[in-house]
Amino acid sequence: MRNIVFEFKEGLLIAFRALRANKIRSALTMLGIFIGITVVVLMSTAIKGIDNSFQKGISALGSDVLYISKWQWFSNDDWWTMRNRKNIDMAQYEKFKNLVKLPLAIAPTTNSRRTVKYKDRRVESVFLNGSTSEYVKTTNFTFAQGRFYSDIESNSSRNVAVIGSEVAKSLFPRGDAMDKTIKIGGANFKVIGVLAEQGSVILGPFNPDNQVFIPIGTIFKNFESRHGRSITINVRAINPGMVADTKAEAEGIMRKVRGLRHNEVNDFSINQQEALMDQYNSVVGVIQIAGLFITGLSLFVGAIGIMNIMFVSVRERTREIGIRKAIGAKRRTILIQFLLESSTICLIGGAIGLLAAVILSMVVNQFIPTSVQVDAVIIALVVSLMTGVLAGIAPAYMAAKLDPVEALRYE
Amino acid sequence: MNIINIEHISKVYHLGIEEVHALRDVSLRIDKNEYLAIMGPSGSGKSTLMNMLGCLDTPTSGIYDFNGQSVSTMSDNELAKIRNKEIGFVFQTFNLLPRSDALHNVELPLVYAGLPYAERRERAEQTLIDVGLGDRIHHKPNELSGGQRQRVAIARALVSNPSIILADEPTGNLDSKIGEEIMQLFEEIHSKGNTIIMVTHEEYIAEHAARIIRLKDGLVEKDEIGSRGIIQKPKVATE
Repeated sequence: MRNIVFEFKEGLLIAFRALRANKIRSALTMLGIFIGITVVVLMSTAIKGIDNSFQKGISALGSDVLYISKWQWFSNDDWWTMRNRKNIDMAQYEKFKNLVKLPLAIAPTTNSRRTVKYKDRRVESVFLNGSTSEYVKTTNFTFAQGRFYSDIESNSSRNVAVIGSEVAKSLFPRGDAMDKTIKIGGANFKVIGVLAEQGSVILGPFNPDNQVFIPIGTIFKNFESRHGRSITINVRAINPGMVADTKAEAEGIMRKVRGLRHNEVNDFSINQQEALMDQYNSVVGVIQIAGLFITGLSLFVGAIGIMNIMFVSVRERTREIGIRKAIGAKRRTILIQFLLESSTICLIGGAIGLLAAVILSMVVNQFIPTSVQVDAVIIALVVSLMTGVLAGIAPAYMAAKLDPVEALRYE
Repeated sequence: MNIINIEHISKVYHLGIEEVHALRDVSLRIDKNEYLAIMGPSGSGKSTLMNMLGCLDTPTSGIYDFNGQSVSTMSDNELAKIRNKEIGFVFQTFNLLPRSDALHNVELPLVYAGLPYAERRERAEQTLIDVGLGDRIHHKPNELSGGQRQRVAIARALVSNPSIILADEPTGNLDSKIGEEIMQLFEEIHSKGNTIIMVTHEEYIAEHAARIIRLKDGLVEKDEIGSRGIIQKPKVATE
């Protein structure tokens, strides 16, 4: 056993000598693995970062919330069927609200899009989220300044608004949004609250950071007709464990409110963030696999490059191998020597690639979120090492099997 | 004391469908501290015989006893071990590792023998001093003259204290003056108790040896006592 350790150590020294002796070739060979590892690690940090960001954004919306709508999210069903469903209106909402007992909070929501202006600054096509004061209780929003609108403000459809962090940044770069009057569409609204950054780049207009929250009545008063418009009822369960029961109760009550007979199917849908998560997970899963496969290909190409170079290197050093064997190197010694050469090239190339990937992901982080995981680092290094071993084994074996007499004769 | 005992060695190569009988029937006894030259025309089998003696190749048939051990039946690894510890090669083309310095070239057999760093470095340096290259231990081969390179190769051959030194045309790539210096070095090595087997096709080189084996067509034609120094080397233009 001690012998093997000694051979490894000596083999490593000889391997380093060989690498140093041919610096340019070693560097170029490393390049293949370096690029491969950089790309693979970068891709996985980006995917992980996007995933984290999405999870964070979703959790801001609450995992124990149900969304009762005439539309079903991510459905394969006939759009026309859903379109023809009866709208959900405020009257139904009121009845629903009075009958259910389990939810922690219930809020009706509808939306619109308008340009929001303050003095000479504007944000185009802002998502206006109209609801009641209960709405904030169906979310996990945190506030940077001010508060959500109250019952009174909500019931009397006062022109007050709570703005998301990104909207606030655009209209009030100095952070002085509170109590200012902004123009939504053509109407004036007073800013009574600014949300803290809820943080998800991914959701776009559905990211609360990019929304403005106003009493639902003001939507109907200024922006949309309440007739012909279907609202969504947000229902929050007391805790995630109660979601199933809350959903069952909600379904029963909605059926009653909408006058469904017991043999008729639901003419509404109860959506959950879970459905969003499942859809998201399946999409991310595919992206992850595809991404890893494609970037894995580049690593594979790098490995082929290494194998190629090692074959050339063995051929070129045939004489040298003959000499080594003549002075007593065993087959195993030659095998280990060349395996160590290819492994160290790959390990060094991989380590540099890892470093580059970490640096690059800090740069990329400006545009899309990235997250460096310890396990990604370990995997990258292990993969580099294994690539070196696998790519080098055939050439190393060939070297070990050379006949010393013929090798010495080689020109 | 008998070091090498060869009985009825033959070596047959198969090139496609043709059979080449490089050695047909060679028997030989070599004792410790002998200085032996093996001569013969091209195709006589002297290179093949040298490869056999050096344990680089195994005979097709016959017995080869080295220091009492039967070599002809040894495995690859066992042969490698013998080459490492018992045999020192000196080649016509020096065969040094071009990208390593003299010291590393000389210590290499000791590396493969498993000696620790300090000890082998010291031995390698001492051996280089013994062949007169104490001030060149960190030079690479391309920084050394032909004669110096051959000295490094000789040092490498000596460093593991082998039973025999096997030299294949050691002066073939050197001019006559340097060649003579190298032959002097071999004399010194011989006088220190080493056993030297030299393959050559030059008479005046063979005449340095005490015994000359002449091969022809894979057989020993003559096994004679060399007449030291009687035949002079051919006069060549110097300076």
